[in-house]
Amino acid sequence: MKIVVCIKQVPDTAEVKLDPKTGTLIRDGVPSIINHDDRAGLEAALQLRDKVGGTVTVVCMGPPQADVALREALAMGADDAYLLSAREFGGSDTYATATIIATALKKIGFDLVVTGRQAIDGDTAQVGPQIGEQLHLPQVSYAEGLDVDGDYIIAKRQFEEEAHMLKVKMPCLVTALSELAEPRYMSVRGIVDAYQQEITVWGFDDLKNDLNPEWIGLKGSPTNVFQSFGKKMRDPGTLMKDLTPDQAVEAIMAKLIERHII
Amino acid sequence: MDFKLDKSHLLQQELFRKFAETEIKPLAKEMDENEVYDQGLLEKMQKYGFFGIPYSQEYGGGGSDTLAYTLCMEEVSKVDASTGITISVHTSLCCSCIDEFGTEEQKQKYLRPLIDGSKIGCYGLTEPGAGSDVQGAQTVAVKDGDDWLITGSKIFTTNSGFADTCIVFALTDRSVPASKGLTAFIVDLKEMPGIEVSENIERMGIRAASNCIVSYDNVRVSPDRILGGVGKGFKIAMSALDKGRIGIAAQAVGIAQGALNEAIKYAKERKQFGKPVISFQNSQFKCAEMQTKIDAARLLTWRAAKAKDNHEVYGPYAAAAKLFASDTAVEVTRFAVQLMGGYGYCREYPVERMYRDAKITEIYEGTSEVMKMVVSGSMKLK
Repeated sequence: MKIVVCIKQVPDTAEVKLDPKTGTLIRDGVPSIINHDDRAGLEAALQLRDKVGGTVTVVCMGPPQADVALREALAMGADDAYLLSAREFGGSDTYATATIIATALKKIGFDLVVTGRQAIDGDTAQVGPQIGEQLHLPQVSYAEGLDVDGDYIIAKRQFEEEAHMLKVKMPCLVTALSELAEPRYMSVRGIVDAYQQEITVWGFDDLKNDLNPEWIGLKGSPTNVFQSFGKKMRDPGTLMKDLTPDQAVEAIMAKLIERHII
Repeated sequence: MDFKLDKSHLLQQELFRKFAETEIKPLAKEMDENEVYDQGLLEKMQKYGFFGIPYSQEYGGGGSDTLAYTLCMEEVSKVDASTGITISVHTSLCCSCIDEFGTEEQKQKYLRPLIDGSKIGCYGLTEPGAGSDVQGAQTVAVKDGDDWLITGSKIFTTNSGFADTCIVFALTDRSVPASKGLTAFIVDLKEMPGIEVSENIERMGIRAASNCIVSYDNVRVSPDRILGGVGKGFKIAMSALDKGRIGIAAQAVGIAQGALNEAIKYAKERKQFGKPVISFQNSQFKCAEMQTKIDAARLLTWRAAKAKDNHEVYGPYAAAAKLFASDTAVEVTRFAVQLMGGYGYCREYPVERMYRDAKITEIYEGTSEVMKMVVSGSMKLK
């Protein structure tokens, strides 16, 4: 079984501060870590490999410094690693990022793709599902449990206060919650070996046959951040339970009229 | 000349730091109070390779080096010096003897389980009547057929309460000085008849570490358990202590840095005379002085470690590092308690434990006086 885990290197937000003027993260001097959800996904992948055999490949898109995140993943026990790094990739939004990663994944090959639910620096939760869509894969997001049964994965998906047990045929994609697995530490031997291993670095040229330059980077990004600002705490909403559909419509309409929205 | 750690060492340091903060720190106070080392913690550290850091992967070790081992010693000792000595005695004193002087067969049989994390090792040299003066050793090994029978008593054997393997030194020839008549044996503390391990000796510091009297009463040892040949024990014992001193120096650096960090954290929050204690220039100057000494101690320690990794003469470097670092540990922990005032003296905060723990670094694996003998001996003064 070939599992590919997508990881992102993020600033450790436990130690990060916001610039009060721009509302953006001050990244200078902040240590970089593997995103929590991704690390849980990696751990789940390692456990599956140890159970049913196969390999775990880690993929990270980022600047050359993201090398250390991949070394860390190798030191935890991943088998091989790819760094997707190029000037052309810079400025990509989630859609363009997913395009680049999906292109790389097609080239690498996989039975199962695991990504984190969302990254602590952007919190979009979009890249995983977008990779799944671009690769036309069935996907399970918000996984808090993961197992394998023959050609299928069995995933426990968190769904508000419920959980769904889903059986999905591979190839497929899963986005992991931090609760999915408690990540192991690196081992001393793992670190020593990780720095003796080659990490494959793919730039634009390595992927260009399947990658339209118009689809990536700033040019290929449909979203643009025009402003960042701190959130204000809002009042909790009103929960109206046990209404019939008609009553619900009435209640919503009444509120909209009350607030002069319609 | 480069004083920076390379990427692999930085990542190893991060592993040790994270593990120490997450796994060891929450247990340190309780282990000290109960005078018992947590066996679950021990197993976790074995699993992640903390007990075989500088040894070859060929025998199941981490394949790293002495420098990485000092990083581990510093990080664990920042939060718990008892963990430091537990790892150090196993690594520098027990494993190094077999690694350096063992036959291939002995390495496969005894070194492999010690460094792959399945067994714990210890080292029995000190006796009730023979501390710094190794020549005063009384434990003997008498030939009986092909075997040897060991009789005597070893004191302050760290890890002996739970260790599997011990390198024990006994006189095989009493007609010559110990430097020629001492032999090193690999014994199995848990399985060999005639071995008795006492209760933990009550001590001032490093109370969570296991430290017992091990008595040998006609303990039968086969000749394939002799290390380096009959009569080679003194050389083996001294060589192990040279390595051990690098570990103790790093432990002392860790204790000092850990205590200073705790005290600074406290002094930033504690207000007296209307402002944080850290805002007084006396606090700041003292902190600067302490940090400078810690940095100097760390660099001395790294110099010794690098010299060993480069297969250069490192004994006098190791002695200088231990001499300076242990003195620094005692001074910095004393200051840390002082900076925190009455609260520093309370068991609620870790610095009183660190102050108690620091003292031993001036004593074991060669006292500061012995360190001066080693350093001065290398200076061609006579």
